[in-house]
Amino acid sequence: MQVNGQFQPTIVAFCCNWCSYAGADLSGTNRLQYPANVKIIRIPCSCRLNPMFILRAFQRGADGVILCGCHPGDCHYTTGNYYARRRMTLLFNMLEFLGIERDRTRVEWVSAAEGAKFAATMNEFVETITRLGENKRLEDLRCKSK
Amino acid sequence: MQEQVKAKAIELLQNGTCDRVLAWKTGEFFYDLTPAVFTTAEEIEKDLVFNAFCGANLSKYLIAESRKGGKVAAFLKPCDTYSFQQLLKEHRIWRENTYVVGVQCDGMCDIDAVRERGVKGVTGGDFTGDTLTFETLYGTETLARADVLAERCRFCKSKKLVVFDELLGEQGEEQDADRFAEVQWLEAMTPDERFAFWQEELSKCIRCNACRNVCPACSCEKCVFDNPKSGVENKAAASSFEEQLFHVIRAFHVAGRCTDCGECARVCPQHIPLHLLNRKFIKDINEIYGPYQAGADPDTRPPLLNFDMGDPEPKRGDVG
Amino acid sequence: MKQIAVSGLPQLLEAMAALEALYLPVQQGRSAQFTRYEAGMELSQDLNTGRSAKDLFFPQVENLVDFQVSGKNIEVVERRDPGEDFILFGVRACDCRSFDILDRVFLSEPQDTFYASRRSRATVVTLACHAPEETCFCTVFGIDPADPAGDVTAWMTKAKLCLRANTKKGEKLLAALPMLQDGGEDAVVAEQAAIHAVTEKLPLKDLNLTGFDGDHLMEKFNSPQWAQLSQSCLGCGSCTFVCPTCQCYDIKDFNTGHGIQRFRCWDSCMYSDFTMMAHGTNRPTQLERFRQRFMHKLVYFPANNDGIYGCVGCGRCLKKCPISMNIVKVIKTLGEGTT
Repeated sequence: MQVNGQFQPTIVAFCCNWCSYAGADLSGTNRLQYPANVKIIRIPCSCRLNPMFILRAFQRGADGVILCGCHPGDCHYTTGNYYARRRMTLLFNMLEFLGIERDRTRVEWVSAAEGAKFAATMNEFVETITRLGENKRLEDLRCKSK
Repeated sequence: MQEQVKAKAIELLQNGTCDRVLAWKTGEFFYDLTPAVFTTAEEIEKDLVFNAFCGANLSKYLIAESRKGGKVAAFLKPCDTYSFQQLLKEHRIWRENTYVVGVQCDGMCDIDAVRERGVKGVTGGDFTGDTLTFETLYGTETLARADVLAERCRFCKSKKLVVFDELLGEQGEEQDADRFAEVQWLEAMTPDERFAFWQEELSKCIRCNACRNVCPACSCEKCVFDNPKSGVENKAAASSFEEQLFHVIRAFHVAGRCTDCGECARVCPQHIPLHLLNRKFIKDINEIYGPYQAGADPDTRPPLLNFDMGDPEPKRGDVG
Repeated sequence: MKQIAVSGLPQLLEAMAALEALYLPVQQGRSAQFTRYEAGMELSQDLNTGRSAKDLFFPQVENLVDFQVSGKNIEVVERRDPGEDFILFGVRACDCRSFDILDRVFLSEPQDTFYASRRSRATVVTLACHAPEETCFCTVFGIDPADPAGDVTAWMTKAKLCLRANTKKGEKLLAALPMLQDGGEDAVVAEQAAIHAVTEKLPLKDLNLTGFDGDHLMEKFNSPQWAQLSQSCLGCGSCTFVCPTCQCYDIKDFNTGHGIQRFRCWDSCMYSDFTMMAHGTNRPTQLERFRQRFMHKLVYFPANNDGIYGCVGCGRCLKKCPISMNIVKVIKTLGEGTT
């Protein structure tokens, strides 16, 4: 999205209910700043993330997508994030194989106690995507034109 | 081999081993063979064909055939047996209702490759040796077998029959084919070049769904792309995004289960090299989680239904 | 009759493209496809294109209207592409006949104005089939590959390209191409004789369509053969999408997030959701879907259209079906036992 001639990325952050969403909450209650570009979608577990969700986010105008879940070993459902890690590893490689910029997608493990890490991660991710520019390779022009 | 297959099919029917036989049925020409179920010796005698153009993978038909009651015998080539074993693993085929005759395979030919080499109007010929002879409307032509092999046969991963009740011909070995060469060639490109390559290839897609419907790993009762309520059901790729979405999601859904049988690329009416998407996943799985061949054995866990606590994190780019 | 040396073909294409947009078969990877001409492009040597020429009149996807939402207002905006005059070069006799069949569907009342507009803006230049292939059976439907219809008919021999105008539009086109010279009929007559010598040898030329008509509708419909014909059908849409005469479409809405785009796209009777209605689908298994496709082409269509079949014998489905089940096999199997 362009605001006053400046590129403002739209970031979708999928956060697991048990750790990362609570981490985001904590960063809020601690009044830590992170850019309003980040739109959080809560999912029950990081392994709930269907790869289709990521592509759909890009279709509907996201410039970057990040998945946040419990640290490996800490999953509320014991092993969900291990599966998510394998899936995202392969999916991100495939997107790169198709010529999509590697940095548009990311996985970060954020616990419920890591409000500061959540804010720092988002600050850094928004900065990365701003540098990368608009998502052009995974866009659906029908959703962009007004 | 054709006579052996015919004799075996009739024998299995007559000695009561099975009451139906799944094999290839003759067409108008030597190359347009249709998978078919035979129930009598007369039909087999008249119509069953086994030649260098039996490319179709019969395993997927056994999902439905094995549930019909009675016993069905199927003639499976080495790569078909990988698909068969993978489907057994996924509890899609009822093993007790099937009888597998493994057939030695020397590689299948691709009629489009014949045509692309300028041999047009083919009506018959001899396809048994290393040099194939084609009778055409415009005279007789010869081509080297190696030149008209199907893509997946040129890079054959294995001539080993991984599951069978009976064997026709010789048991083969896994092959040391360079099947990831094209994936590596793409990986070595810049992102811009790769993007341009896939845009050009995927934009040819007409959404006929042949790749999906022929795929033994695509055995969902109702595909998400056929479900009007899914929000992604589409009969045409109305934007380049949809081409990417369909093929990435399809390849991802079969990742770790795809045996690399190559049917998707064989049937694509637009000749999109779809097998490269699957091979990219296979190559990454092999490199990151250790060598794995779907369908090679009955009990190892598929890599995406498995994990290791020491798995690496998704690779980062260099901008961030 | 006009003519030009084969070496003059690039200039001819260039000159036509200067007059109007030019579409012609160009090699794209492993198959030829109708492509908009750009400088330097060459006419493909393939007998026929992978996709048929119907794409030019009946594209796979076409936007109809947009519904733009702002507050409580919905604005309906027409998205009709005004199109342009164009020349469609190198159409084979089979594809050219397919236009007649599509016309019967889209130009009968109520007329499809999207299709009609493109039809009226096109000048069709057909090209006789120098070397028919074994999958060709257009002659069964009374089509002569040596003398195709169209606004202009062209013949390509070793030495020259001969062109004959068949309509006013065709005359106008040829008159606007100064590099064409007047020529005799000899080369064309020889080429036609050569083509006929090949069509005499075509393996599918004796396909018998006796009994495929409205009078035998129920007999064909109830034939027990459909079960074995359709048993291996994968239910994909390859045959329908490469077919020059398949004309079914669906109209769908796409939610853009700020409005609706209504578009139409090809549909296939082979798909499980084809003509899905509130109660579900009336063709629950692949047998019914498979039967529908061939009954439509071979029985329903001729019954409603003066005996004209909905097939032109181009042979694309013979080449493209993943399991090689096709209309020839259907005709032969169902034709058996017809009195």
